[in-house]
Amino acid sequence: MAKVSNEELLQQLTAKLGDVFTNEGEPFGLLTIETCRDNIIQLLTVLKNDLNFIHLTDITAVHYPEKEKQFAVVYHVHDLAGGVRIRVKVALATEDVHIPTAVNIWDGANWMERETYDYFGILFDGHPDLRRILNVDDMTAFPMRKEYPLEDPNRIDKKDYFFGR
Amino acid sequence: MSDIQIVEAPPGVEGSGFFATRLDQAVGLARSYSLWPLPFATSCCGIEFMATMGSHYDLSRFGAERLSFSPRQADLLMVMGTIAKKMAPVLRQVYLQMAEPRWVMAVGACASSGGIFDTYSVLQGIDEIIPVDVYVPGCPPRPEAIIDGFMNIQKLVQTESGRRRDDPSYRDLLAKYGIQ
Amino acid sequence: MQNHPVFTDNDPQNETSTLNLGPTHPATHGVFQNVLELDGERIVSGVSTIGYIHRAFEKIAEHRPFYQITPLTDRLNYCSSPINNMGWHMTVEKLLGIQLPKRVDYLRVIIMELARISDHIVCNGVLGVDTGAFTGFLYMMQWREHIYEIYEEICGSRLTTNIGRIGGFERNFNDIAFAKIKSFLTGFPPVLKEFEALFTRNRIFVDRTKDVAAVTAEDALSYSWSGPLLRAAGVDYDVRAQEPYSSYQDFDFEVPVGSNGDVYNRFLVRNEEMWQSLRMIQQAMDMIAKEDSSIFHANVPEFYLPPKEEVYNNMEALIYHFKIVMGEIDTPTTEVYHSVEGANGELGFYLVNDGGRSPYRLHFRRPSFINYQMYAPMSRGMLLSDAIINMSSLNVIAGELDA
Repeated sequence: MAKVSNEELLQQLTAKLGDVFTNEGEPFGLLTIETCRDNIIQLLTVLKNDLNFIHLTDITAVHYPEKEKQFAVVYHVHDLAGGVRIRVKVALATEDVHIPTAVNIWDGANWMERETYDYFGILFDGHPDLRRILNVDDMTAFPMRKEYPLEDPNRIDKKDYFFGR
Repeated sequence: MSDIQIVEAPPGVEGSGFFATRLDQAVGLARSYSLWPLPFATSCCGIEFMATMGSHYDLSRFGAERLSFSPRQADLLMVMGTIAKKMAPVLRQVYLQMAEPRWVMAVGACASSGGIFDTYSVLQGIDEIIPVDVYVPGCPPRPEAIIDGFMNIQKLVQTESGRRRDDPSYRDLLAKYGIQ
Repeated sequence: MQNHPVFTDNDPQNETSTLNLGPTHPATHGVFQNVLELDGERIVSGVSTIGYIHRAFEKIAEHRPFYQITPLTDRLNYCSSPINNMGWHMTVEKLLGIQLPKRVDYLRVIIMELARISDHIVCNGVLGVDTGAFTGFLYMMQWREHIYEIYEEICGSRLTTNIGRIGGFERNFNDIAFAKIKSFLTGFPPVLKEFEALFTRNRIFVDRTKDVAAVTAEDALSYSWSGPLLRAAGVDYDVRAQEPYSSYQDFDFEVPVGSNGDVYNRFLVRNEEMWQSLRMIQQAMDMIAKEDSSIFHANVPEFYLPPKEEVYNNMEALIYHFKIVMGEIDTPTTEVYHSVEGANGELGFYLVNDGGRSPYRLHFRRPSFINYQMYAPMSRGMLLSDAIINMSSLNVIAGELDA
């Protein structure tokens, strides 16, 4: 099958969904679109069922403390036959970090969403088993948020003098 | 005559049909050349351990032929790789399940001191939870370095008193870690 | 011991037994835990716990300049660390718009294919060990030492190589390195043939692995599998063929594809990939002979450290050296996703940059992590020994699992 170009992809998406998303550009050839939480499941379902994006590459999140909506959940999806990728972003505010789960669309979203929850605290509504995956189970903070420090704050054996502090 | 080297006997008195030496030296000799390691391999150092056990570097020349994955039957706990705080209780449990005499070797920078991972989730050295006898630095240490560490363990085993477990200084050491 | 959230077997009259295939286990090649509920020898259900070697790579990466993240990427899939290194370098080169000379690309292909061979040696050898056959593993490990010698000649280190720099290599491959690669190319094929002769038509091995853990292509795609596992299930997705990076389009290679995704297919796919890698290394050696042998990096003085002699004698080189080390370089404020074909699947790097010298956010798309989530659903109804073989064939590397 010939390689699908980004313009064709955009046209197909607009034809099926209208204007539930905004085109954020194509950094390095990867079409990036942004949508809101209410439309994400519809968008992903259309991508998978109608536009042949059968491979979910990754789900992750980014924390932007200076922005108004601090969290961006990022989905990378891949059309293997058409040879085209797409990046979908959803912005969430800190007080309301809920987003519907994509587990019903791709089974592989299970652990990806658990990892995003573990790192950022993004709550995926409808996830069958949303608990921590990589960090210790009784951790209360979400370590990839920018305010959490890299090093263990409870260490007593590091001498600040040697570390330039 | 083959050029295979045999271990030298400890100093002692020899006669026809008998050899008298100190018990702890004889026992230490036997122990050191028949250590059963427990490879607690978590990450990259574990792969270098696989290379050490392979035919090129061959740790089994030193007597460590039989790896034991059960702590109950192991003498030497070789901790190879990063120990995260999630893994620390498991490591401590494995150490407690080992029967005396037992020795611990921290292979690699991560086991010795946390290595390059100075983060919230990594234990900064296994000597925060269990007493360590030999540290092997490196990231990962070359197989020669692991063998050198093993030979240092052998020296410790040979020169140790017969029953270290009854020694009060050993008991104090374990008490520091909260182990009875 | 920490409270395991799924250990609820308090009823002594329960017909199923709970088995903890714990973080320390000889058959799990790495630290991850499976709590299995067994009905005799058959698994009723299982829950996986990972994170026992979580080293917070993504958090560390936000505090390190680009060139200091390479040693971190080493420790992702530590059996084939050059692939991780090259993938990271390529991500940064994509971000900075650096074009590499062909010779550098071909040298990178040699290194990456050697890494792929070394990872498959471990995986297939260990699969043999788990079925009880230790000899094949021991024969092949010796050839891993030869690959280590090649790495040592080029970068100085055996396992966690930190090989290459952003923009090329730190030094040119010398004659000894090329001689070692040539001797590997002549010495390894007979050993690989012998390894195949030991296993591929071995009655015991085939009985243990054929039709064990068969996976349909739809399930594999739904669980976002990639790499040899997905190819064994029948989907011919290989990042090197679909989105060629590092001049893979100049190479003539085939992508082996299996049929029903069982353990035997995965074993055969990995073996065949080793043959294809050998083929690619030979082609790369031929193509390099035609290029100017003094090129080993791109001409990007803002990101590639100048040689020390120039730093001490040349003002420009001194300034570039200072700027690179102190981080005074401007980088574009954008985001990039680049993926390479790791030994286990699609290894992706999602880099969000804010113009400074460290990434704003770096996320690793780790194939072992994504492949392993299917293990617990897949092992339902399997015999315990088949589940162990299944786990070995998934080739889960703990460093890549937890990052």
